[in-house]
Amino acid sequence: MDFSILPEILSSTIRMSVPLILACLAGLWSERSGVVDIGLEGKMLAGAFVAASAAATFHSPWIGLLLAIAVSIGFSLIHGYASINQRGNQVVSGVAINMLAAGLAVVIGHSWFKQGGRTPQLDDASRFLAIDFPGREALFAMPGIAPFAKIFLDHSVLTYAALALVPISAWTLAKTRFGLRLRAVGENPQAVDTAGISVAKLRYQALIIAGVLCGIAGAYLSTALQTSFVRDMSGGRGFLALTALIFANWRAWPALWACLLFGFLQAVANFMQGVHFFGVEIPVQVFNSLPYVMTIVLLAGFIGKSTPPKADGVPYTKDR
Amino acid sequence: MQRGELPTWVDVGLIPLINLTIAFVVAGLVVLIIGENPFQAIWILLSTPLSSLSGWFNIIYYATNFIFTGLCVAVAFHAGLFNIGGEGQAYIGGLGAATPGLLIGGALAAVLPVWVSTPITLLICLVASFAVGALWGWFPGYLQAKRGSHIVITTIMLNYITSSVMVYMINMVFRPVGKMAVESRAIDDAYIMNARELGRLVGMKLPASPLNPGLFVALAAAWGVWYLLWRTKLGYEIRAVGANMDASIYAGINPARIIMITMAISGGLAGLMAFHEVLGAQHRLVLEYVQGAGFVGIAVALMGRSHPVGIVLAALLFGLLYQGGTELSFANQNINRDMVVVIQGLVILFMGALEQTFRPYLGAIFAKVE
Repeated sequence: MDFSILPEILSSTIRMSVPLILACLAGLWSERSGVVDIGLEGKMLAGAFVAASAAATFHSPWIGLLLAIAVSIGFSLIHGYASINQRGNQVVSGVAINMLAAGLAVVIGHSWFKQGGRTPQLDDASRFLAIDFPGREALFAMPGIAPFAKIFLDHSVLTYAALALVPISAWTLAKTRFGLRLRAVGENPQAVDTAGISVAKLRYQALIIAGVLCGIAGAYLSTALQTSFVRDMSGGRGFLALTALIFANWRAWPALWACLLFGFLQAVANFMQGVHFFGVEIPVQVFNSLPYVMTIVLLAGFIGKSTPPKADGVPYTKDR
Repeated sequence: MQRGELPTWVDVGLIPLINLTIAFVVAGLVVLIIGENPFQAIWILLSTPLSSLSGWFNIIYYATNFIFTGLCVAVAFHAGLFNIGGEGQAYIGGLGAATPGLLIGGALAAVLPVWVSTPITLLICLVASFAVGALWGWFPGYLQAKRGSHIVITTIMLNYITSSVMVYMINMVFRPVGKMAVESRAIDDAYIMNARELGRLVGMKLPASPLNPGLFVALAAAWGVWYLLWRTKLGYEIRAVGANMDASIYAGINPARIIMITMAISGGLAGLMAFHEVLGAQHRLVLEYVQGAGFVGIAVALMGRSHPVGIVLAALLFGLLYQGGTELSFANQNINRDMVVVIQGLVILFMGALEQTFRPYLGAIFAKVE
């Protein structure tokens, strides 16, 4: 194989990892509070559609981002109502949200823009472009350094935000009172309730945070990574993020590494159509399925162990 | 899924009806938002397919697929398992459906008359589709029973793994050398004739549609599931594990064994969908032929209350919605056929996740009446 494309692959790794990191953190918040969230995919997709539509209409990526977050929170609240208030099956609710989002985006997009569910191509002013750091162009012009500078400096504000949200999430969950309570509610809601703290309120807060993160992830897909919304553009990233979350054993920092690893595999898959390793052609499908295979092996307990929060997916009922 | 103190007809009739109505009201609001007349849209959606014979044929063709995937989800529900992997199990089942037809169908046809070799080949294909789907269902069952990995997670992952496996298999193994389209060669030796072709044999002129005798396999599977669940010891054990796993252990049932068997049956039923679709409609192994039917199965199982009769009826309803969605998108260019996916999502939301919402109110009403 040709190692000169390595910097390009690494730069692409970061681009591919960003939506995974955001969705994975969303899953982390939600599941740490005890609510299983299969609907990451749908919320991301809804966010992507709304962000692209709003950015195309108002010519501002920021309005797109805000509306994407709002809609994603809306879906979170539906999930919350079903799983917290109605104590419904959280997996079923997540499946429903994925379908609703996928269907609504195409139906509404088709009607608004008449392009079969696509949104119009966004011009540069309506997208999140790479931040123009001072001195960036000079670095990019240097032979030797340029490829490596591009790995880290050729990204939009959403990428750096996603990376910053990892330590913020880790710290909030580990060190703050809110984080402690939130983790407690995912492990032993009874105890939290006994302490006079509302289980429902904490779980709603977690779901709203998850909604914000999925909204950003969606906006990233359609207004930073791509230049428009196309149907099913989340392409299983929500489930890949869920996989990363399990792989990372429901922890923020390992989640970052898992997402970077999975993003790397996606980048490799994109770059390596028909590339030979030591004379053997490795099918691109191997890279596509590797995250899932690794996680199944991990889940089966053959290497390491993955333990979800104890009350994950269990609706809370006050016993009298 | 808990049961309240409600008369049976309310549970299996009224509650699904209320939830379906609400799903339609919300879908109507969506139609209103995109500036169309919701009553007209729903009228076209529900009535156009019923007004022609070809419409009916298409409804029943869609319903056949949904019966298989609905039964797949329902059998797992009875053991308290949520199999989201129907999509992948139906997809991988295509290997079982196509391989015997491609490999041994020709050899059989060479030594036997066609009217003997084709049924034998089809029978082998039928068993192989079930077996491959069953293997793909058994595996997450094994992981859940013996290694403690949650079935929802593993079946989702297997869906994605299946997609990669099938792209590879169809592209690298099944695609004839030199063929551009990513699909296998035509499976002529295991060809299930459709209704039109069968009609022509007896001199009847029937409309073109993919409707084929695979329907009878689906109905037989529905009867088989009913017999299994309510008339056999294994079925009793499956329901016992689903109702109360601890109690089933005290009754001498081995839940690990039941989980694996149930998931194998569940996956096998999804695999049969491949038999119907690949040999009866596509006549070759193509990419992504499942097209979400595995997920429709979830809606069908919820709507049909996990009972085979309910599932057949719910599958017909969804067949109607799918055919109606296509007709609607022809009649009104502004409404995309994915409107059906929205309705499907709403049905799953109201029938599955929010099914408890109206129960207390209805319970209160019926308590007063009695």
